[in-house]
Amino acid sequence: MEKQIQIHQISEFLKDGMTIAIGGFMGCGNAHNIIDEILKTNVKNLTLIATDTARDGYGIGRLIDDRRITKLLASHIGTNKETQKQVIEGFIDLELVPQGTLAERIRASAAGLGGVLTQTGLGTEVEIGKEVITIDGKDYILELPIKIDLAFISAQKADEAGNLVFNGATRNFNVPMAGAAKVTIATVEEIVKNGELDPNFIHTPFIYINHIIKA
Amino acid sequence: MEAKQIIAARVAQEFKNGDFVNLGIGLPTLAVDYISKDIHINLHSENGFAGVWDKANEETLDKDVVDAGGTNVVLQKGGIFFDSVTSFEIIRGGHLDMTVLGALEVDEEGNLANWKIPGKLLPGMGGAMDLVNGAKKVIISMVHTARGNPKLLKKCTLPLTGKAVVDMIITEMGVFEFINNKLHLTELSKGVSLEEIKALTPASYVVALKD
Repeated sequence: MEKQIQIHQISEFLKDGMTIAIGGFMGCGNAHNIIDEILKTNVKNLTLIATDTARDGYGIGRLIDDRRITKLLASHIGTNKETQKQVIEGFIDLELVPQGTLAERIRASAAGLGGVLTQTGLGTEVEIGKEVITIDGKDYILELPIKIDLAFISAQKADEAGNLVFNGATRNFNVPMAGAAKVTIATVEEIVKNGELDPNFIHTPFIYINHIIKA
Repeated sequence: MEAKQIIAARVAQEFKNGDFVNLGIGLPTLAVDYISKDIHINLHSENGFAGVWDKANEETLDKDVVDAGGTNVVLQKGGIFFDSVTSFEIIRGGHLDMTVLGALEVDEEGNLANWKIPGKLLPGMGGAMDLVNGAKKVIISMVHTARGNPKLLKKCTLPLTGKAVVDMIITEMGVFEFINNKLHLTELSKGVSLEEIKALTPASYVVALKD
């Protein structure tokens, strides 16, 4: 199957009100070219899954600046004043999720799990409204998978099949998000022929990737 | 020395050779400057690497490597990269020897609040809730008071990051430790008297100063 698409085709995948996930951490490993492309469309009322919203005017922060996001699941927004402002004024409905729990809820979605049990958040606001399950005398919060329509991830290299290799610290949320959405689109700096990547060093297998874009 | 330097230097004394440690952004990270040259420790950055790293300069800059605060850094040889799932397996699975975090408030029951001031400040918990539940030892490094207001309280007033999770509190005035779930004052900083620290510490504690 031909997986490579052109950046302008991103608009074909977007729909008002959908849930998107964007990998990266403080802008490092964000799919910057796809964010540019989303901003060229009129799509709005998006639910965004991301560990943070980077900074005002940078990376994911630009989707916030342009008021495209009305619901946000993130672990940290302290570096983006605009996000905090829009949450306080009620434009964004925010659910703060502990970072490890966010990673596991995304992974649960990719792995077909019904949920995960964690002690993170016990005795805090995070526990409110959730089921607590006791195993071997220890309490755990039941955290549910996050359903995602479209995931945008960014890697260094892909082969034509969609196997991915990452550089540096960019694996972060890009790896768990691949395969957690109905459709996963990867933007990469370089696309090589099948067989050119060392099978011992593939970070994300092709089966998780629906489309590839060359940045 | 300024308060923050006193705290950072004391935090660094907690590191043992071979420790695997996560340091929070800000004050906790200052401890790196005081690590003894006789030991090697591995630092853990929650966004996906471990080892020892330096700030990047123009020559060494790699856009794909930033620390948990978003600053460009360079990992020294021997360091490793991983994804966020692995990063938090390390944290929650009990594989970290310690974490050092900042605090808005801590109390005599070992509760910590450092992620939210309702209606005012909404940074989020980031990895802090995972860290306090997973690390073998939780150290709080903080200035003793904020604008004159004590931070080591009888009971936290702000939303909690974790319940009964703190093992040790290091401030510029002294060191507190939880021993058998009870708060003890175990060290006084140079020039600080028992009366002075008591006046700025609403929490109840046992005085058990080490020599």
